[in-house]
Amino acid sequence: MKLSLILATLLLTPAVTLAMTAEERGLEIAKEVDTRDTGFHDFKASMTMLLKNRHGEESLRDMRNQTLEVENDGDKTLVVFDEPRDVKGTALLSFSHKVGDDDQWLYLPALKRVKRIASRNKSGPFMGSEFAYEDISSQEVEKYTYKFIEESEHEGTASLLLERYPVDPNSGYTRQQMWVDKERYIPIKIDYYDRKNVLLKTLVFRGYQQYLDQYWRADEMYMENHQTGKSTLLTWKQYDFRSGLTDADFNKNSLKRAR
Amino acid sequence: MRLWRWMVCLIPSLLSAGEWSGYAELQGRYFPQDAAYENQSDHLISLAFQPEYYQRWDNGNQSLLVVPFFRWDSEDEERTHGDIRELIWTYAGNRWEAQAGVGKVFWGVTEALHLVDTINQTDLVENPDGEQKLGQPLIKLSLERDWGIVDFYTLIGFRERSFPAEEGRLRSHPPVDQDHAEYESDREERHLDFALRWSHYIGDWDIGLAHFNGTSRDPLLIPRISNRGEISLIPFYEQMRQTSLDLQATKGDWLWKLEAIHRSIDSGSYNAATGGFEYTLVGIADTDMDLGLLGEYLYDDRGDDATTPFQNDIFIGFRLTANDVDGSELLAGVIKDMDEDSWMFNLEASRRIGSDWKTSAQIRLWSDIAEQDPLYSLRRDDYAELTLTRFF
Repeated sequence: MKLSLILATLLLTPAVTLAMTAEERGLEIAKEVDTRDTGFHDFKASMTMLLKNRHGEESLRDMRNQTLEVENDGDKTLVVFDEPRDVKGTALLSFSHKVGDDDQWLYLPALKRVKRIASRNKSGPFMGSEFAYEDISSQEVEKYTYKFIEESEHEGTASLLLERYPVDPNSGYTRQQMWVDKERYIPIKIDYYDRKNVLLKTLVFRGYQQYLDQYWRADEMYMENHQTGKSTLLTWKQYDFRSGLTDADFNKNSLKRAR
Repeated sequence: MRLWRWMVCLIPSLLSAGEWSGYAELQGRYFPQDAAYENQSDHLISLAFQPEYYQRWDNGNQSLLVVPFFRWDSEDEERTHGDIRELIWTYAGNRWEAQAGVGKVFWGVTEALHLVDTINQTDLVENPDGEQKLGQPLIKLSLERDWGIVDFYTLIGFRERSFPAEEGRLRSHPPVDQDHAEYESDREERHLDFALRWSHYIGDWDIGLAHFNGTSRDPLLIPRISNRGEISLIPFYEQMRQTSLDLQATKGDWLWKLEAIHRSIDSGSYNAATGGFEYTLVGIADTDMDLGLLGEYLYDDRGDDATTPFQNDIFIGFRLTANDVDGSELLAGVIKDMDEDSWMFNLEASRRIGSDWKTSAQIRLWSDIAEQDPLYSLRRDDYAELTLTRFF
């Protein structure tokens, strides 16, 4: 009985996964997603967040993003805020790391003050939006453990469904379910489960475009909070890859100059 | 003053293209206690306007920032004032930066007191907390190296501290005579000051070492009798050499902070330090709110002879950050003198309204201030302030 079950499984399972556990397969997919997005060097882009509460009231955030790829570590990112007007010129410099807390400095233009801030808080709302810092920071393979669930069809796209579990105990999530496009190895949807393992948010990636014939970026990331009825639509514009950014564009002086 | 006029004349030709922003604010203050001195009012209304012009050229390597500031005050003629907060040209090279003009510089890490921050003069009429600064004419060269950032400052000319007028609240007793400031240096406000600062971060540690040589921004206030027989305080600006250290360790939810100075002046030398922590509780009570707990110790080895009220004081406070759409924030704290009964309380709250407006409130209270304390003249000047700001 047992033998026949194993035989049946062996016959029905695709060859690739034959020798792999679900964990190994999950990690393999995550690594492939990462590998295909490696080597872009740097990019500049502008971001708009449209925040909506359950009554439909809207609020806008405008910011600009510069990212530098760092070999063997997380990316360096500089975000400058343009809107709302009271935080115009405020800038956030982040050195993300594969393991441990990120390094973050906040520049407050009214006082000309650069403040090193505690970065352990990854789960709090970013600028009052439905995105937590950990949702939009550099997605390193090492930040999660993985488990492959199944191959599935997601809105007409052949996809791989995996679960990932944050390594950081300060994460706001117990697990995330991620649908990855099987052809292009890019995320198309993520379900976030809160610390009580209840579905909290869903992120949908829309309007993928390819840059430098390799790197896929979604024009829109739509985050919906199922528990509060709030949502945030993050729109990316004016992508400029390999714009010539270097390490020197990511220090305390450049943070003060950023505007 | 002549320097400012010359600079203002220079601006219009440059303002052809670029971006304008800034704010206008309406402010009201109410003083619930009877004034300690004659002709002081129990309220004020004030308007302030701070436009900002920014232009960038040469592939973004060069930029010009112009920030004039104007305030009108219903009660205090000294608080009705203007300033060039910034008028600065910046050249960003490859791993170096040059700046020239009128600038604003902040050094330091602590919250209750900014000991290390010495470049800009305090615009004291703006707020008794001393956080508002006057623009400082300067030339700065900054080198960005793997082992840190080194800043060389030449400070061209000196700005006198602003003080409330005789009819203004929150003033000293007797009032400061601002027209007859005196200097240790024969060059007076034309003395050239120099400063040097190295700053770097190593892992969780942010460190800054600085040296300043020039006119002290903190005047001694010397009583003098005028020809008409009135007593007033004359600001006396000494020459000083100051070496300072600022240090922050960022350990998880804990920030550990230290600022220390060694200052040499003609009358002797002294040490002062402020140090403490900020601990953040993330997502309190199952909400998105963060609660920061702050504690700092303020020390000055001159003790009772210190020109500052903070010679052996404890600061305890909290910062509530709502993380909501309106960016609501509340900061409250008490500074308690360990030698006397005196304490002061401070509350600052703000929230955004829509995308262009903001309201903020402030409450400051002084209690049981000892007669020899520099804050004694403010003992009846508790106030509540409400500000409505429109950003554009």
